[in-house]
Amino acid sequence: MKVTNWGNYPVIEATVHTPSTINDVRTVVTSSPELIARGLGRCYGDSSLNTAIVSTLRLNHILAFDEQSGNITCESGVSFAEILDAFVPRGWFVPVTPGTKFITVGGAIASDVHGKNHHIAGSFSAHLQSMKVMLHDGSVVLCSRDTHPDLFWATCGGMGLTGIILEATFRMVRIETAYIRQRIVKAKNIDAAIDAFEANKHWTYSVAWIDCLSKGDSLGRSALILGEHATKQEVGYRYRDPLKIDKGISIPVPLFLPDFVLNTYTVKIFNGLVNAKYIQGDSFVEYGPFFYPLDVFSDWNRIYGKRGFTQYQFVLPKETSRVGLRKVLERISLSGEGSFLAVLKLFGKQEGLLSFPQEGFTLALDFAISPTTLALLGELDELVCEHGGRLYLTKDVRMTKDVFEKGYSQAAKFLTTKNKFDTQKKFQSLQSKRIGLS
Amino acid sequence: MKYILIIGAGSDIARPLAFLYAKSGYGIYLASRSYDQLVRDANDIKIRYNVDTAAFTFDVTQTTTHQQFYDSLPVKPAGVICLAGSLGDQQKSEQNFDEAQIVLDANFTGLVSILHIIAADFEKRKEGFIVGVSSVAGEKGRKSNYVYASAKAGFTTFLSGLRNRLYSANVQVMTVHPGFIRTKMIEGRTTPGIITASPEEVARDIFSAQQSGKDFIYSKWFWRFIMFGFKMIPESIIKKLDLK
Repeated sequence: MKVTNWGNYPVIEATVHTPSTINDVRTVVTSSPELIARGLGRCYGDSSLNTAIVSTLRLNHILAFDEQSGNITCESGVSFAEILDAFVPRGWFVPVTPGTKFITVGGAIASDVHGKNHHIAGSFSAHLQSMKVMLHDGSVVLCSRDTHPDLFWATCGGMGLTGIILEATFRMVRIETAYIRQRIVKAKNIDAAIDAFEANKHWTYSVAWIDCLSKGDSLGRSALILGEHATKQEVGYRYRDPLKIDKGISIPVPLFLPDFVLNTYTVKIFNGLVNAKYIQGDSFVEYGPFFYPLDVFSDWNRIYGKRGFTQYQFVLPKETSRVGLRKVLERISLSGEGSFLAVLKLFGKQEGLLSFPQEGFTLALDFAISPTTLALLGELDELVCEHGGRLYLTKDVRMTKDVFEKGYSQAAKFLTTKNKFDTQKKFQSLQSKRIGLS
Repeated sequence: MKYILIIGAGSDIARPLAFLYAKSGYGIYLASRSYDQLVRDANDIKIRYNVDTAAFTFDVTQTTTHQQFYDSLPVKPAGVICLAGSLGDQQKSEQNFDEAQIVLDANFTGLVSILHIIAADFEKRKEGFIVGVSSVAGEKGRKSNYVYASAKAGFTTFLSGLRNRLYSANVQVMTVHPGFIRTKMIEGRTTPGIITASPEEVARDIFSAQQSGKDFIYSKWFWRFIMFGFKMIPESIIKKLDLK
């Protein structure tokens, strides 16, 4: 069948197996010469694509939950959406979440996802206690920081290249309400935005929307969004049951929009609207719109049309962030290739071999796939490498081996561990072949 | 705690449907032949929504066991949802009556047995609801699956009669006619993407219709119009078409 991930590019022909038991997974793994695991396909590019795919979507049972510690054990195909649906009303939240809840736990580990709280809470792996991984020969290995730590660290952020993640145990965090106390701080340009991040480091959640068509003195004009889980006391009597919220609305994008719909003008209007929506000040918002503003529009990726799109997300070390970000934004502004969505975020320290975050600033930008944007991204690669940065594998569809190796200094160490456990070189994706991780 | 009994709980619709009922506070009883799978599902539902759950081995076609099964439930359910069914193999059914018999039992006669046992209890208690998931396939015979389809037609008619009988006992009987669903049942077959619903969508349709007291629904809703059009075609033309 035809398979594609969130960016609708590339679209490939693949055999998709959807086993519902561990034994069925074993049958697929031992009988396929080469394969890759896939969850909800929210990675943008080709990270979970290969001619043979194991979908984890039927491995979707929650196996245990400890009300005392908040430790949850579930199969890898369970989605964050399902976890939130069941556990928010009981006062628990996922420790780290990306900008969509339609990801699986297996995907969260393989991408070692980060959220708006990375500078305080680290990435998903920081909250992961242990996991079960099926290796190329069908054997199942339990790994954690203490048992098989090499497999554990290579699998966190390892893009599914060590084996099939079957189960995981991670620790959830307590919440008193389903609401976020939100503060919006406007920054008139990129320097002001960076300063604002530093000044508001103590907030658990922080992220900024950047208007990347702004120029000159207002280059990098942003709205910084800060948040804390609201306490019962803070929300007071506003809500009858502060852990319950009404069912969210879902606005479908039923068809691929024609390619011309997104252009400099519509992006300008959109950015203007975003800017107008974020009014400086404090308020209480539901966790949904705070963490997942785009999940309201199901299949919003279709606005880019059938040509598909990619997200260009890079991180620069703290020392070079100020200069590097400015150069990148100037280059984009000059090109006039407006990014519909541009998000800036401060990262804290990070463990792991291929985990994307590193201390510094990360910027994520969406681009429709076209020869001009691909050329632009090539130029941006040079700027990123020059400033000691790297690109997020989960968003990538076009990075070269050279750019990958420059950015990921521990790639060789990762490959050593991968080869130790995956002696048959069975777990491969289109991406891993492209960047020399096979 | 009030309980929902799901018969045919091995169906892909069962889990999302059980989640919806568990979320609104119902305990869940799961019954089907695939006991091991049900134990995992029951445990999962219990962890997610903090409600009591249990799994039971149940075979629709073994009608002699039905009364004993219903008597063994710890608490008599407030509602029953019947998802049981089996597509069978049309060609084998044509050549071998034993095959046809299994399909008829799994989709019709076995359900008459268990639902009459339950109906008697609900009628006595003057409360409860019964949801039967039949199929749009039952509305018109096609050469590719008419044994299955005719059993579904029988089931639909059975439900409408049962609805009439239990009305005075204040028991809701709801018939569901789903169209294409992305389930294990049709895995490997190609169905038109745009009119193929996910099991979650069908579960939501069933839950909200049942809660608002409906008698009959299509899922997705547009099947009402597709079937209306399809049924307008006279048999004299239908018989000449190569219907898959």
